[in-house]
Amino acid sequence: MVRIIAFFVGLGFAGVLLISLVVNLVAYVQSPTEPTAEHEFHREPKELHLASDGPLGKFDRQQLQRGYQVYKEVCAACHSMNLVSFRDLAALGYNEAEVKAEAASREVPGINPDTGEVTTRKALPTDRFPSPYANETAARAANNNALPPDLSLMTKAREGGAAYVYSLLTGYQNQPAKLLKEFPAAKTPQGLHYNPYFANLNIAMAPPLSDGQVTYADGTQATRDQMAKDVSAFLVWTAEPKLENRHRYGMAVLIFLIIATILGYFSYRNIWAEAKRQVAPKGPLDPENKAKRNHAKGEAGIVG
Amino acid sequence: MSFAWAKPYQPKTELGRWVDDRMPLPRLVYNAVGGGYPVPRNLNYGWNFGVLSGIFLTIQIVTGIVLAMHYYASADGAFNSIEHIMRDVNAGWMLRYAHANGASFFFIVVYIHIFRGLYYGSYKAPRELVWMLGLVIYLLMMATAFMGYVLPWGQMSYWGAQVITGFFSAFPVVGEPIRVWLLGGYAPDQAALTRFFSLHYLLPFVIAGVVILHIWSLHIPGSNNPTGVDVKTEKDTLPFHPFYTAKDGWFAGAFLTLYAAVLFFAPNALGHPDNYIPANPLATPAHIVPEWYFWPFYAILRAFTVDFILPAKLWGVVAMFASILLLFFLPWLDRSPVRSGAYRPVFKRFFWLLMVDIAILGFCGVMPAEQPYVAISQIAAAYYFAHFLIILPLVSKFERPLPLPNSISESVLHGEKEESAPYGLDKSAPAAAQ
Repeated sequence: MVRIIAFFVGLGFAGVLLISLVVNLVAYVQSPTEPTAEHEFHREPKELHLASDGPLGKFDRQQLQRGYQVYKEVCAACHSMNLVSFRDLAALGYNEAEVKAEAASREVPGINPDTGEVTTRKALPTDRFPSPYANETAARAANNNALPPDLSLMTKAREGGAAYVYSLLTGYQNQPAKLLKEFPAAKTPQGLHYNPYFANLNIAMAPPLSDGQVTYADGTQATRDQMAKDVSAFLVWTAEPKLENRHRYGMAVLIFLIIATILGYFSYRNIWAEAKRQVAPKGPLDPENKAKRNHAKGEAGIVG
Repeated sequence: MSFAWAKPYQPKTELGRWVDDRMPLPRLVYNAVGGGYPVPRNLNYGWNFGVLSGIFLTIQIVTGIVLAMHYYASADGAFNSIEHIMRDVNAGWMLRYAHANGASFFFIVVYIHIFRGLYYGSYKAPRELVWMLGLVIYLLMMATAFMGYVLPWGQMSYWGAQVITGFFSAFPVVGEPIRVWLLGGYAPDQAALTRFFSLHYLLPFVIAGVVILHIWSLHIPGSNNPTGVDVKTEKDTLPFHPFYTAKDGWFAGAFLTLYAAVLFFAPNALGHPDNYIPANPLATPAHIVPEWYFWPFYAILRAFTVDFILPAKLWGVVAMFASILLLFFLPWLDRSPVRSGAYRPVFKRFFWLLMVDIAILGFCGVMPAEQPYVAISQIAAAYYFAHFLIILPLVSKFERPLPLPNSISESVLHGEKEESAPYGLDKSAPAAAQ
């Protein structure tokens, strides 16, 4: 009985699926999906190699400091970074006084201790990075109704990670003539900018970086490419500040587990040595004896 | 408790005797996973995944309890509390990555465990209840994993909750009220998040309870084995300890090495980047996809696209639930008396076809709902249902199984005959030895 009911249930599901298949295919043949500009012209991120890549990767602190400088002088005008505190900057190699000075250079909302009125005060190392806008409405009002996303987790929140950020920052270009010819409707609208690494090709953010925009303290040439790389590396750190710990713990755990596994394997072999034999393996068919015998035969030139 | 020759517990110390006389807990453990549980001596590595499932359940419960000490189930604060764990809690990043990847590895080992049971006929008499309790555990795991994925309150959390609770609204009349009742509102919000957290903390202990029933019902007939032949004599078995504790021990080490490699060096490889964006009810992600272990079911759900008598969405939801519920009837759908797929040449081919089919469904589940993936998923889903509901019963009726070995020991023990015969003079030995 179960099998008869099952047969008809199975036939029902498979039947409806095949009807769906045929209906869909007929619809597809009659009106195939139109290719879209996003589909044809969107590009995968460029390659980017950072010091933090790979299982033994460590941050290049010099580069993180440069990236922080780019964030501070360029990105921070529009983008918040509200999961990172000033005290976290110590991990980039800044000393206590530098962290304090860095914090004191920014204003955060506060309360006047005498009157209780809302005011602003100098940030402390324990404060998070302040947002450039008071709220979302203010951010949209200042940016042609686009909301600049928070950057703290950016390299983990996008497919492609740091390589995507780097590609996006360096990927601005004019719309290809081929695109305009094939998809006249896909012309970049007023106020947007063409960028083939952005999902729908047109991004609200104006090209943020240009050669020599910041002056690096360590004398590195501030090309657009260099700044994009540095800020991407910096955003890897903001998204995963414990990356170096993770790599270090990981190596220790792997080494421990591999040794434990090898020891466990030998004890397993030892315990099981005779579990699948009816007699102890001491005769001519014992693999060790066989190997010795074959070796001796080989020495003596006996074949077979 | 399962076989006459199972060794009874002998307390080794005075204290052990004292405790055993008053509360035979040591005896229970000895008979369950000690020297008192005889296990077929020919188990292959497919049988290691039951113990591994237990290990991952333990990892999930331990890391989860500590994470719950720092997590904050609030629609405003959940996302930031996760980042607080990642940044400011001592080794919090390790706990959270261990828990998130632990869920994936729990599903990996449970899938291998289930597929092993499918191949070797472990669902057949007298182990039907073992199989069905296992399916109950699997369903509880799916519910727990789904609710756990909602807790970080990222974009995929939010929209996953929206989609999955939306399944219920496919049912006519009662569907929408049920959905609203489950969510505690018209869309996922604080009420939903709080109850999901509460249930996410509860269900693992329910799973642990059902695991005890699963093991209890297993230990009555004892474990199945790769030949599928019943245990007949003491020669067919080995005591669980030390033989299988040693085998499980080293293999668990090897598998945990793989887990650690992912946890420490690619912790986000199995997740979705959108879940690092805070939940936003006003912005739908471009592609809403569940975690990888739900992909095949998601593909089945989306494969129904035509309103044939019933609305397409209802077909999809019913089919998705049916794709798991039909497994409860498997012991009666497959009537072949031979358990092991190794001796069933036709069944074996269809089994591997099913594995490929499920992999294809998984692939279609993660791809966008457009051609050709929709067409492929429709064919693959049709095969999935046909496999269990039509092909298996027919195969078991018409297939001619290969001859079975007389006993487990005959299939696995070797050496005696050859050893006892003088070298090269045994007439039954292969001619090559001459």
